[in-house]
Amino acid sequence: MSYQQARWIEPLIFELSKPGRVGSSLPGKPRGRINVPKELLREKLELPELSEPEVVRHYTRLSQMNYGVDSGFYPLGSCTMKYNPKVCEELAALETASCIHPHQAEETVQGALELMYRLGRFLAEIAGVARVSLQPSAGAHGEFIAMLLTRAYHKSGRDDKRDRVIVPDSAHGTNPASAAMAGYEVVTVPSNARGRVDLKALKAAVSERTAALMLTNPNTLGLFEDQIIDIAEVIHDAGGLLFYDGANLNGILGKTRPGDMGFDIVHFNLHKTFATPHGGGGPGAGPIGVQKELEKFLPVPVVEYDRKRKRYYFDYNRPHSIGKIKGFYGNFGVLVKAYAYLLLMGAEGLNEVTEAAVLNANYIMHKLLGVKGYELKFDASGPCKHEVVFSTESLKLETGVTARDVAKRLLDHGIHAPTYYFPPIVPEALMIEPTETEPREELDHFVDALNTIAQEARSNPEKLRSAPTTTAIGKLDEAKASREPILSWGAHRKSAKK
Amino acid sequence: MKKLGLIVNPIAGMGGRVGLKGTGGADIIAKALELGAEPVSPARAVETLRSLKRAGVKFELITYPAEMGAAEASEAGLEVQVIGHITSGKTTAEDTKRAAREMLEKDVDLILLAGGDGTMSDIIKAIGTQVPILGIPTGVKMHSAAFANTPQTAGEVVARFLSEGLPLREAEVMDIDEEAYRENRLVAKLKGYVRVPYEPVMMQATKEGSTGYELADQKAIARWVIELMERGHIYALGPGTTTRAVAEELGIYNSTLLGVDLLQDYKLVARDVNEQQLLKAIGKKSATIIVSPIGRQGFIVGRGNQQLSPAVVRRVGKENVWVLATPHKLRATPTLKVDTDDAELDREFRGYIRVITGYRQTCMVKVV
Repeated sequence: MSYQQARWIEPLIFELSKPGRVGSSLPGKPRGRINVPKELLREKLELPELSEPEVVRHYTRLSQMNYGVDSGFYPLGSCTMKYNPKVCEELAALETASCIHPHQAEETVQGALELMYRLGRFLAEIAGVARVSLQPSAGAHGEFIAMLLTRAYHKSGRDDKRDRVIVPDSAHGTNPASAAMAGYEVVTVPSNARGRVDLKALKAAVSERTAALMLTNPNTLGLFEDQIIDIAEVIHDAGGLLFYDGANLNGILGKTRPGDMGFDIVHFNLHKTFATPHGGGGPGAGPIGVQKELEKFLPVPVVEYDRKRKRYYFDYNRPHSIGKIKGFYGNFGVLVKAYAYLLLMGAEGLNEVTEAAVLNANYIMHKLLGVKGYELKFDASGPCKHEVVFSTESLKLETGVTARDVAKRLLDHGIHAPTYYFPPIVPEALMIEPTETEPREELDHFVDALNTIAQEARSNPEKLRSAPTTTAIGKLDEAKASREPILSWGAHRKSAKK
Repeated sequence: MKKLGLIVNPIAGMGGRVGLKGTGGADIIAKALELGAEPVSPARAVETLRSLKRAGVKFELITYPAEMGAAEASEAGLEVQVIGHITSGKTTAEDTKRAAREMLEKDVDLILLAGGDGTMSDIIKAIGTQVPILGIPTGVKMHSAAFANTPQTAGEVVARFLSEGLPLREAEVMDIDEEAYRENRLVAKLKGYVRVPYEPVMMQATKEGSTGYELADQKAIARWVIELMERGHIYALGPGTTTRAVAEELGIYNSTLLGVDLLQDYKLVARDVNEQQLLKAIGKKSATIIVSPIGRQGFIVGRGNQQLSPAVVRRVGKENVWVLATPHKLRATPTLKVDTDDAELDREFRGYIRVITGYRQTCMVKVV
């Protein structure tokens, strides 16, 4: 093993605090009177008091005990943890992007409006839809808006008996959650032996009460739903809509489009497919695209262009709109980064993104198929798309070592764990998504590590189970961590008192 | 330190390999031996104990002499406290019952049982459901849900139960009439429920609809079922803990766990009814049957709830049979079955059926 993460014995910043120490001098008491009601006034702020170098060292040390795409391979399936180009960050940090205010007059932010207008057009072209709203602030928010649009659509056709949304059993949990939150009953349909939607079950599930089907394609097994045309027909014939969950768009960019497959509503995860940071690295964005017949329901405002006056503007005059769904206009900084990424890549580049992402996943799949202890649970006759789901069930039966143990041991090799125990239809699942930004050496390193771990499971399972040992923090009591989270200084003090 | 009781029924499973469909009854055991049957139960128990030993958990092991546990424990290299007396080579159901009673007195936290449906039923007869039990699957018939899937997983679950504590769920204990079974008739009876430790499905919580915890999921199902109920309508509530949760959510705490109860206007109107009473109560009213899959094999109608006869089901209508199952249960029984004594009705059930799996959550499940 050639990995060792930094391990600082670093107190909390509050514990480092010394009375009177400052990093910058704050102005004294404000002059004049501030009209704050008494009950909202605080006696003490209880901010930590430190010098600037102390603060810098503290956070530098913490960052060294962290792990991200910038420090190594991050094959977290379904999350598309691709590298985030630094130039996109720089552009988003420009004053013209980061220092504008949503209350500014439209004529003073024409550039920002143009950027949003053009980004919407790009995304519409990529997905094969008529129009895009950039407002949803994350993936699940986008899904939820899709459900609200579905309801508005059926209601406008006086078809409001439709109260069921169909979701495959391989779907992300956010799908049923979004549908339920929008007031729909969720009907799960099972996958067939090929890991695709079971068409017979789907036909049994549809009725005059079907509002929509939510589908991810490629699905969470990394497999392309090759019966998508038939699926679309079943849903449309029943009068329902097709929603495309964009989680796995990285597997088809430039090759095919959800719109061409028959989808009516599409959502995007800019923080996955279009390389904006995520996973604690910043807010996401979940734009939503629709076909022509749903356009009028999109949330307000929509960025429009007035050709005569050569001016971009927010259009609020949309009587059929589902209304406002977010303060202001979306996570603008994220939109800037995604727009920069699209310009950086161009159409050709996006094609290559998908080719490399799919090639990388298939490379791992084929290499790993030769390793005893890892196997595919669904038909492996064809290629996978951008990700592949292995099962370590046979390794568990042979050695008692679980998928979670394998995932944790990978950390000792300096590799972020894949998604594990998801999707739930695969026992002892390891969901691996390398993304296009990894070179072959990283992929080989990953496969070698899994190979070593499988051997170790047979020779020294005890040691394996104690992993990780080379990371800043070792094995956690996950149950305790989720039952009794201590996420703030206040909570920490309270628990210490106990 | 936690105490684990181990009971091995050394003859369980012997009838299976020689085609005897169960090993209950002294003459059958003799016949099995004559046909060259070899014990399967001890080896499987050893497999479980080895898997348990591998986990390196500290616990106190209490068991019965010789082949009823002591021999298996020593083969697996585990230290053990042996209690009771048996005549080695001639163990009977009485030994199992006595072992269970003595372990109850010893205050064990869990009984690990190597046996089949019959052995499990014997334990319930002896001590009810006072002590949690986990079955190592070794018998011929394994209709009960109280068995782990494999001897090895039994070991893993016990290890986690002893080291970090696992939640308990109630699992069906089924047994079938062996004599009828040998004549190719299958009469499965629900004998009761035992408390079984289980691993909540391990996954990233945000990515799954279910909580992974049986009780919370059952409550969610119950709330949705109650919202779907209509006044004036008769509801026949089948056996099981999932259906019982519906009654409890309505504030009814005296429903029958093993029988069929009738509800109307959110109230219990009749307890533990038989087929004739059911037909009479329903009369010409509109009615709904509410059932949950029974045991490991996923029977929804016919086994364990024979009161819901073909006549009753036909009267109510197939479309008015509501099936309830938690996601955890569905994972263990991915397909459902019907066995109503009416081949035509069984055929009508085949295909996909909507199963209620949570609050406003349903799942299409295949009936085979």
